[in-house]
Amino acid sequence: MTEDSTRGNTQRLARLAAALADDLDAGFPHLVSALQDGIYSGALRLTGDRTAAEDVTQETFLRAYAALGTYPVAKVQSLKLREWTWTIALNLCRNRARAQRRRPESPWQDPAGASDPAPGPEQTALAAADRERLAHHLSRLTWTTRAAVVLRHVAGLSYAEIAAALGRPPGTVRSDVHRGLQRLRAFLEEEP
Amino acid sequence: MTDLTARLAALRERAPAAVLPAVLDRAGLADHYVIRASLLGPVFIAFSRRGLTLVDLATDPEAAVERYRARRGRAVLPGEPPARFAAALERALVQGKTGRVPLDPAGLSPFQEAVLRKAAEIPPGEVRPYGWVAAEIGRPGAGRAVGNALASNPVPLVVPCHRVVRVDGRLGHYSLGTDHNKRRLLEAEGLDVEAHERLAGAGVRFVGSDTTHIYCHPSCRHARRITPRHRVEFRDARAAARARFRPCRHCRPRAN
Repeated sequence: MTEDSTRGNTQRLARLAAALADDLDAGFPHLVSALQDGIYSGALRLTGDRTAAEDVTQETFLRAYAALGTYPVAKVQSLKLREWTWTIALNLCRNRARAQRRRPESPWQDPAGASDPAPGPEQTALAAADRERLAHHLSRLTWTTRAAVVLRHVAGLSYAEIAAALGRPPGTVRSDVHRGLQRLRAFLEEEP
Repeated sequence: MTDLTARLAALRERAPAAVLPAVLDRAGLADHYVIRASLLGPVFIAFSRRGLTLVDLATDPEAAVERYRARRGRAVLPGEPPARFAAALERALVQGKTGRVPLDPAGLSPFQEAVLRKAAEIPPGEVRPYGWVAAEIGRPGAGRAVGNALASNPVPLVVPCHRVVRVDGRLGHYSLGTDHNKRRLLEAEGLDVEAHERLAGAGVRFVGSDTTHIYCHPSCRHARRITPRHRVEFRDARAAARARFRPCRHCRPRAN
């Protein structure tokens, strides 16, 4: 994601916050449409499971809807929607990841290219295998490092947004992402 | 091997298509619809939790879903009607007994809502003039406004606007498909449309029985029981009153 499209998205989300403040029920479907791909993709890599990711995505938006209904108009207007929604999603992901860890057979893998826009069979298989490998290595990172890397590079959040969603200083998040990438590179290199 | 951040970015994918409708549904932000057979072909019947919102022809269900979204600004998903009015809806669709189906008042003016509720009270196989509906809801003389309110009836069939006709015997316009559908519906409900047109065209508005001295709209179930020997025709309510007839309590003939 380029800086340009990020800025465009941020402006779009600011307009959406105004629309939600104006008419929650009319604006809410647009909130889901705008954020669902990022939330789902991030949740998928944080929980390691498609069903869990879909549950988390649904639950996130339902909680967001319930909360928005109780906020004063001024608060909704000034909400930074992406980081705010991700605060909810991260909590749900962390609970899922914990529950997942307690179960021994937890599968950190991507059922071969389940929702891939097929570019060609052998290419698809390669891409799917690559994603699976990467997803596996992500799962070896600690929670905060993994969350920082996934939010930055899979979900496409800015450092400031990640810092707000994780409740950590931006500088720390930046070094978490940096360290996470280094570790991932190391994991990839030690592969046969 | 491509750059690691590009490979991570490739992990981004679309949320499953089921997420949005499921969320809207669980948040109570989606309406639902069923598709039912009718005399006019398959119809799309949509409802919120409050009541019926729209009835549309469903020759192409996807187009009906799109029209719904455009017209009501809400998502609409397949689903069963709430238990609260499922039976009433069934009775309206199968037997034409339309009086008990709740309507979602969103988007209706109080006047239009009153018109629709009144029209829903007209029993199957019977017709009433536009002016009668106006008088019944306390707006005598507003027959033309009643016509407009029924022309934009969002829930035809369930609110049987086809049972409201012109006083001169012509059936008037119909909103679901073509005007001809009005005739088809009334004939299917057992109304002798030609006899109705002939009578009204000749200026007869009411018929009465000289044994009971009660007068009715010609299509009233009580009027249909009057034998030819005892049948009296009236051009208006005043003529009936002069002959010392009283209005039927079922169909409530009115002066206007």
